[in-house]
Amino acid sequence: MSTTIIYLAYLVASCLFILGIKGLTRPRTAVRGNQLSALGMFIAVVVTLFDQSILSYEWIIAGVLLGGTIGAVMATKIQVTSMPQMVAMLNGFGGGASLFIALANFIDPQSATHTVALVSIAATVIIGAVTLSGSFVAFAKLQELISGNPIKVPGNKVLNALLLISAIGLAIAIVMDPSNTNLIYALVAVSLVLGLLLVVPIGGADMPVVIALLNSYSGIAAATTGFITGNTVLIISGSLVGASGIILTQIMCKAMNRSLFNVLFGVMAEGGETIDADEVYAGKVTSSSPEEVAMLLETAERVVIVPGYGLAMAQAQHAVRELASIMEARGTQVLYAIHPVAGRMPGHMNVLLAEAEVPYEQLIEMDEINPQFEQTDVAIVIGANDVTNPMAREDKGSPIYGMPILNVDKAKTVVVVKRSLSPGFAGLPNPLFAMDNTLMLFGDGKKAIVELTQSLKEAD
Amino acid sequence: MEILLLLTLFVVAVFLGVEMITKVPPTLHTPLMSGSNAISGISLVGALLSAGSGGGILVNVLGFIAVVLATINVVGGYMVTNRMLAMFKRK
Repeated sequence: MSTTIIYLAYLVASCLFILGIKGLTRPRTAVRGNQLSALGMFIAVVVTLFDQSILSYEWIIAGVLLGGTIGAVMATKIQVTSMPQMVAMLNGFGGGASLFIALANFIDPQSATHTVALVSIAATVIIGAVTLSGSFVAFAKLQELISGNPIKVPGNKVLNALLLISAIGLAIAIVMDPSNTNLIYALVAVSLVLGLLLVVPIGGADMPVVIALLNSYSGIAAATTGFITGNTVLIISGSLVGASGIILTQIMCKAMNRSLFNVLFGVMAEGGETIDADEVYAGKVTSSSPEEVAMLLETAERVVIVPGYGLAMAQAQHAVRELASIMEARGTQVLYAIHPVAGRMPGHMNVLLAEAEVPYEQLIEMDEINPQFEQTDVAIVIGANDVTNPMAREDKGSPIYGMPILNVDKAKTVVVVKRSLSPGFAGLPNPLFAMDNTLMLFGDGKKAIVELTQSLKEAD
Repeated sequence: MEILLLLTLFVVAVFLGVEMITKVPPTLHTPLMSGSNAISGISLVGALLSAGSGGGILVNVLGFIAVVLATINVVGGYMVTNRMLAMFKRK
């Protein structure tokens, strides 16, 4: 097939990717958008198979079959609660693929050896390897194979700086002397370690930012791969993904009132004095029972449910939906307040609730729901901690000061479903639990909600 | 000259991406992320060219690994996005 036809097909594929992302701007058109994008991918792959520079197909067929099977199994088996792990891993594979393409092009004697190609190869190796190892650390943290807490590495900043400098040094050496293959292997090693050390110190609460950033890296790696051989479709689609990741990273950082720099280098705002949990809670926490809360819900006209990651952990999304149906059947208005960083990746909570068939019209974003809490009879907080902590609004010395939160404390009554008074990811006590209008419903999220639903049913 | 054209393409695509993605509502951020992640599997195109180039066994093996990883990324990414979006679609 002539190069002209291949490149025209690449143009069509690029347009389909753009239309695909455009479709994702509305729930109504999103499925179609995703299908258009998949069609673009199909076209790009099929025409590439006709490229004259492809001499043998054995390796290609074997690779596509193996990768396709693994991908399909992963996508069908994965639980919705584990979606962030899955995306983290796929990002890693995307980065890894670019890394191996760069290596193959470097070793191939037929491949381009001019300066632009060499610079692109070095850049792809660095970004691809960082994405690969960084994503696997993110995966391990989310899967709780390793602790989700920030892990302190002594001298981390200095070490990372040194690794980055040596990576750039090696990259320059490779461009100057491409005949020395040891240099590129050294670059792979240094970059893999850099990816590891970049993500290890970042805590679980910052994972939405990390995943968004790694998503961006996997796109940029694909784009730099395109520069090696001058492939337009790789450049266009890679930069689209790179841009999308950067934007999401920015949105997540804003939602946490953190700068990207602070997230990457594990800096939490320095708290003044450590806040003593006993002092905050002592004698002021009111414990409640499902029966008592059910009585409150019976008379409530407007209830706002505030889901947090604890809901996902307890797999309570279906139970919550059930409770909401009972309330709605009784004429109560039920809404869900969604904090941008509730969950482990951008918009994760929306997907969890969508799985439980909560209509998306009922999912209200933070800025829109906050002024409405004052007219809310009952706010039910399930497994959300830091995103409802009033310290973020009031306590200037607090490490989370300035982070936008859901103003649940403004509701007439707040019910907090939680196992214990243990702190959330930020490690802070939550004065909300000790407020006069707050009732604590201790217990497993799912069990508590089921009992609550039962009590409410019996009231009829 | 060619490198300048490619660079232009890169920069224009970045701007286009930024413009489009800021319009995606938070509800769809997770599908957007896994969908765009699937698009980054476009490196499959580069992987196919390497795996089948006949540039020696090492090149083929490296290309093969790249094909496997990129295909997992593409197939897994699109399927999981589709699964998520199906949840939003109903009614």
